Amino acid sequence: MPDETEKQKSLAMVVMSGDMDKLFGAFIIANGAAAMGMDVTMFFTFWGLRAIKKDVRTGKTLFGKMLGAMYGGDISKANPSKFSFAGLGRWMFNKMMGNHNVAKLAELRDMAVQLGVNMYGCQMSMDVMEIPQDAFIDGVKEPVGVGFFLLKAQDADITLFI
Amino acid sequence: MSEEIKVDLELDLKGLLCPLPMVKVSQNIGNVPVGGVIRAVATDPGSMADIPAWAKSTGNEVLAAEKQGNEFVFLVKRVK
Repeated sequence: MPDETEKQKSLAMVVMSGDMDKLFGAFIIANGAAAMGMDVTMFFTFWGLRAIKKDVRTGKTLFGKMLGAMYGGDISKANPSKFSFAGLGRWMFNKMMGNHNVAKLAELRDMAVQLGVNMYGCQMSMDVMEIPQDAFIDGVKEPVGVGFFLLKAQDADITLFI
Repeated sequence: MSEEIKVDLELDLKGLLCPLPMVKVSQNIGNVPVGGVIRAVATDPGSMADIPAWAKSTGNEVLAAEKQGNEFVFLVKRVK
């Protein structure tokens, strides 16, 4: 049995992917780690940002608005990395997961927020992709940079890149 | 198994898949007093590995983990 004074274990992960399958992995690991009493940090960058976004339009410039229109929406729009077939794959996997009683991606993410998982957007990706902090769901902390992540990763017992 | 153990809380985890059985035990352990016992019934075979791992990591104790037909029955004691 761990001693009371033992340092809390921690997990730090980068979530760069916006793929459905990879996001399932990321949130299942995050929830499991939080349940096991670990301090969990998720650093969302590039395609990973949509996983913490609300279903709102983003973008200020022409390109930003195009990106917002073509890759907009929220986590429910995530497609599998293989077998995508323009949305058909997502529908099929959602069906299969529903049949097997697996929680939906959005439910897993919201559970992670409830369990106290620390989620951060990458400031630089947010600037480039023109996704402001207020486009994120409640519970996402103020944006940070790579230095903050590296400090967390340096102290973490487990680090993952997804 | 251990008929004499007093159960403080029953948890129905049937139908739940990874990571939910472990998460539910974790969310409910605070609802029994220190020394108290949760009896949890799951159908996910993975929970046979996961719930003992959770207990080891959080410093709690699995008093029993048994397969009974298609179900997995756990007695989990809150240690601290």
